[in-house]
Amino acid sequence: MNDGANILSIRDLRITADNERELVRGVSLEAGAGRFVALVGESGSGKTLIGRSILRLLPHGLAQRSGTISYLGRPIEGFSEKAMRNLRGSEIGMVFQEPLVSLNPAMRIGAQMAEGLRTHRDISADEIRRRSIAMLKRIRIPDPEGCLTAYPHQFSGGMRQRIMLASVMLLEPRLLIADEPTTALDSLSQRDVLDTMTELVRESGTAVLLITHDLGLVSNYADDVVVLKAGKVVEAGSVRRVIDTPRDGYTRRLIDAVPKLVAHSPQSRNGDVILEGENVRLTYGRKPGARPVLDGVSLRIRAGETLAIVGASGSGKTTLGRALLRLTDVDEGSILHRGRDITREPDRRLVSFRRQCQIVFQDPFSSLDPRMRVGAIVREALRGDSDLGRAEADRRVAATLDEVGLGAAFAGRLPHQLSGGQRQRVAIARAIVRRPELIVADEPISALDMTVQRQILDLFADLQARHGFTCIFISHDLAAVQQIANRIVVMDSGRIVEEGDTDAIFAAPSHDFTRRLIVAAPVFRRAATHSIQVRPEPEGDTVS
Amino acid sequence: MSARRGTKWKLNLLLGSVLGVVVLVLSVTGLFWTPGDPLKLDIMHRLQGPSGAFPFGTDEFGRDVLSRMMLGGGTSLILAAATVIGATTLGTILGLVNGFYRGWVDRIFMMFNDALLAFPGILLALGLVALIGAGKTGIILALTAAYTPKVVRIVRAAVLSLREREFVEASRALGNGSVYTMLRHVLPNTLTPIAVFATSMFGWAILVESALSFLGLGVPPPAPTWGNMLSTARPYLDSAPWLSVFPGLFIAMTLLAANLLGDALRDRLDPRTATA
Repeated sequence: MNDGANILSIRDLRITADNERELVRGVSLEAGAGRFVALVGESGSGKTLIGRSILRLLPHGLAQRSGTISYLGRPIEGFSEKAMRNLRGSEIGMVFQEPLVSLNPAMRIGAQMAEGLRTHRDISADEIRRRSIAMLKRIRIPDPEGCLTAYPHQFSGGMRQRIMLASVMLLEPRLLIADEPTTALDSLSQRDVLDTMTELVRESGTAVLLITHDLGLVSNYADDVVVLKAGKVVEAGSVRRVIDTPRDGYTRRLIDAVPKLVAHSPQSRNGDVILEGENVRLTYGRKPGARPVLDGVSLRIRAGETLAIVGASGSGKTTLGRALLRLTDVDEGSILHRGRDITREPDRRLVSFRRQCQIVFQDPFSSLDPRMRVGAIVREALRGDSDLGRAEADRRVAATLDEVGLGAAFAGRLPHQLSGGQRQRVAIARAIVRRPELIVADEPISALDMTVQRQILDLFADLQARHGFTCIFISHDLAAVQQIANRIVVMDSGRIVEEGDTDAIFAAPSHDFTRRLIVAAPVFRRAATHSIQVRPEPEGDTVS
Repeated sequence: MSARRGTKWKLNLLLGSVLGVVVLVLSVTGLFWTPGDPLKLDIMHRLQGPSGAFPFGTDEFGRDVLSRMMLGGGTSLILAAATVIGATTLGTILGLVNGFYRGWVDRIFMMFNDALLAFPGILLALGLVALIGAGKTGIILALTAAYTPKVVRIVRAAVLSLREREFVEASRALGNGSVYTMLRHVLPNTLTPIAVFATSMFGWAILVESALSFLGLGVPPPAPTWGNMLSTARPYLDSAPWLSVFPGLFIAMTLLAANLLGDALRDRLDPRTATA
């Protein structure tokens, strides 16, 4: 590949912080017209900094120390600030991770889409409107005219991200930098966004630099992969080559972290029914005609099983988990704990229930009290056990911290001193320290990096094998569910649309929605030859 | 970036402490000992400029300004401290309970609270002093009543966002009672805004108390306060400027110290910047 054909070419880029710490340590990569390049790495690997340095938008205190970034063969270091402004948006488009934040909530979609065109192109308002509508049609937003006058909050996260993408692509940039554009979305919306992106860039021959931590996801879309670890490129090449024959140990670990479909034996189903929901209904707000979040859900959890509740965001799965634990009150129906109706019991009569049934929340950054030290957080769970002596409680806390892979040294730390994975371990320790019979895990891994996700899943399986607690695993990530669950309940719009043993559901999903979820799951499948195959395109593909 | 913020709060702390210590030492000493008698009239030495015998000069009755400043400062600090403690305690309890339990009690209470907030603090204090009567108790009650609604607002706002955080729900899931959860998880996390507001409230209380005294509604004469000293100094602005300069300077220093310390406190108390 000669340099002239490259839209973007980075040579030996180094970025350092104020304190001389090198965050990006000699990265080179290139992207030709129409190429889809994925920059893969975990949080802290420097991938976002690389994206920002291309636009010369490094955060304060960070500076590019050496190396060249060339756009169309010309080094951007030589560009004036004015020339850079003309480049940003117009020639180089950027899509950010959080569609909730990157769209201005107080501006209509039409005005936001027009912003870029007004700044960079000399065309009339009518023409801008015409182009915007055409673009919205292309990304299949229903009612494009109406969309222009709507506000961002009227759309789902996935749609917002597609709109964001559309307004960036409206200027037909030569290079698109997408920084974790799908991380905040569920797997169905992820696929929608990436499909839209691929379609738009293919038509205009735009080069794409997709920054992500999710190797499984990009493997379906990218042409080339650059794997980044601690600011260094550890492996680069075509997707097929990197995934089939990874040369670096770290790449191999990333690939292993992508969940694979494995067969496992269904659990015996004669355990006692621990928790039971019967015809549960719940509507938020009192507006007449509001859509119910839970629309007549019934399910049973038996001792020893791992039941996964899956569904897209907004399907009511999280609410169901909370309702089963009596953290949310339901409007109708009943919840039974070992046959005892606890639907209307006041909190003070739920003490033994709360002791038996625990929860691990999705966001480990919000679920731990920022002012309490790790030891105190875990210990608090034992507060009600008066028969447990002080020394015994201390010993139990230390042992549990040990069990979740945090040494006793962590007991004195504050939550902000821990990584996301470590925080989630603390949350798990808090849940298991009382030896509950049931744990509801509400998307426990979706806020974590890929390799960390894998570790937490392994930890969960390990703890479950050791303590034998029953588990309700709430997730939109079918691949993770496939690893850990014996039985699956699929939810859509507040209803259970499918239910059955994991293997049976994966082998023959009967509901259309389940099929779509399974196809959207970013997984590799091992073919008979033991080489890894990237999952083919969805159309007409039956999962076997 | 963190390094720069690190030195900024230290600078605030240093400057605030130096000013604060000067004011505090002078005022607290003034409660027990003053170089001259702050109340003794001495017509022979009236309106004298700063000199060795009278470092800050003398007023229209020949009283030592330094001594009056020290005693007045002590009185002001006690009034301000009582106000801050009263308003913070009352406001925290009300804000915490209302924000945590919500419901119709909260709604009605907050309507009254907001109505009170609509008045400028000084106006409210003025009216209340007129109602209760001038004097130390009157001022403390009036200032407390004027500042409590602000504390309630701040605490309630913090509590409202905290109660939706998952660690509060996690506490409930552990089977903890609501009072325990409120005191153990919610209250400690509201301490930062409370402490910051209390520090700057201290400065404001001194200012408002001075203003009340200036208007003749404060501590009745002959007892000195910075406010009534300023008030009596007004006719002599031309001939004896030291009469107004020193009390004014000390009010400004106290306010500055309170605000600088408040800022430093805010940066320091954030658990994310605190060291383990």
